[in-house]
Amino acid sequence: MTQMTISRGAEYSRILGLGAARGENLVMNDDVAGPIDSSDEWIRQRTGIVTRVRASAETSVIDLAERASRDAIAAAGIEASDIDTVILSTFTYPSVTPAGSPIVADRLGCGTAAAFDISAACAGYCYAIAQADALVRTGQSRIVLVIGAEKMSDFIDPTDRSISFLLGDGAGAIIIGASDTPAIGPTVWGSRSDGWPLIGMTSSWLEYRDGAEFPTLRQEGASVFKWASFDMPKVAKQAIEAAGLTPKDIQVFIPHQANMRIIDQMIKTIGLREDIVVGRDIAESGNTSAASIPLATERLMRDGQAKSGDLALQIGFGAGLVFAAQVIVLP
Amino acid sequence: MALSEQDILAGLAEIVAEETGLDTAEVVGDKSFTDDLDIDSLSMMTIVTLAEEKFDVRIPDEDVKNLVTVGDAVSYITGAQS
Repeated sequence: MTQMTISRGAEYSRILGLGAARGENLVMNDDVAGPIDSSDEWIRQRTGIVTRVRASAETSVIDLAERASRDAIAAAGIEASDIDTVILSTFTYPSVTPAGSPIVADRLGCGTAAAFDISAACAGYCYAIAQADALVRTGQSRIVLVIGAEKMSDFIDPTDRSISFLLGDGAGAIIIGASDTPAIGPTVWGSRSDGWPLIGMTSSWLEYRDGAEFPTLRQEGASVFKWASFDMPKVAKQAIEAAGLTPKDIQVFIPHQANMRIIDQMIKTIGLREDIVVGRDIAESGNTSAASIPLATERLMRDGQAKSGDLALQIGFGAGLVFAAQVIVLP
Repeated sequence: MALSEQDILAGLAEIVAEETGLDTAEVVGDKSFTDDLDIDSLSMMTIVTLAEEKFDVRIPDEDVKNLVTVGDAVSYITGAQS
């Protein structure tokens, strides 16, 4: 019998370049405190957030994705036409179909690139990296554009005390291609599926059609805090171990930017070294879901706190509840 | 062997002191976590998780709101041990 042939890809993959785009407007705590009967001090103490970035009404999540992608393409030194796969991670692209990724691919000039969206909320960026890494190593793709993009401000309720005041808008993008050395570690991912009621929307599109209020985000903050602060460090440790490393080998820690207190608790529980460089972009950008890890990475590298070649542990976690972690070499 | 309420109170006071910076002597039975000890819902979750580990018990999230005072938590943990 005639056998089919299958592709074989690169032995390793790596991040070739990174780009970022943030919402144009800086929103202060005082701007969001009124409707939730709160204060700048309470928000800082509770979350570590000082400002959040939000996009103007004219800027779409696709606009943010495009801006970040153009920067990533330039940083990687490639042409948009070199990209053969586009993965957009978002849960705030407001159309059911078509997906956002073909629109981004069209704007960038990615030709006939495969294009699809994934919905894994705040874990979406790490989920997408897992996919891109696998695509490159199996030979299914050669150059992958991974984007985490959110316009959270389209789905907030200013009177909601659970999550809305945390949220910002932005996009981070990376190019993933072949590498001569290991630069994306094994992804440890999964879900706590009985936790799905803990973060979500107030109504579905169909309920909205039938008279419910426009869907906005809500969370059970204390339960999510407990899960993130104490269960996610176990996942992070597994990702370090899966890469054949120890916590002390990690130079940079870039967790999803959900809450500064979660970040601090995670550092303590994982047992990272004392001089670890930590992504704390939440203070300025707020929680931007799938965009938060690449945005935090971009800030660390722009500020010179982290540099190309550093070993970074990243972990995303959020609505689902879903999670993913991997160790990467910074581009 | 199950710990006595006194032992649990002492252990819980250590956890609360570690999380909040309060003196263990302030963590007594009739004190309200929120009103007297100024512990917010996130710190409460940290205290609950550390108590679960220390006393080898499980405290479901939905039960945490019933733990108003230190004494409530001590009673709950005592009951959950057996």
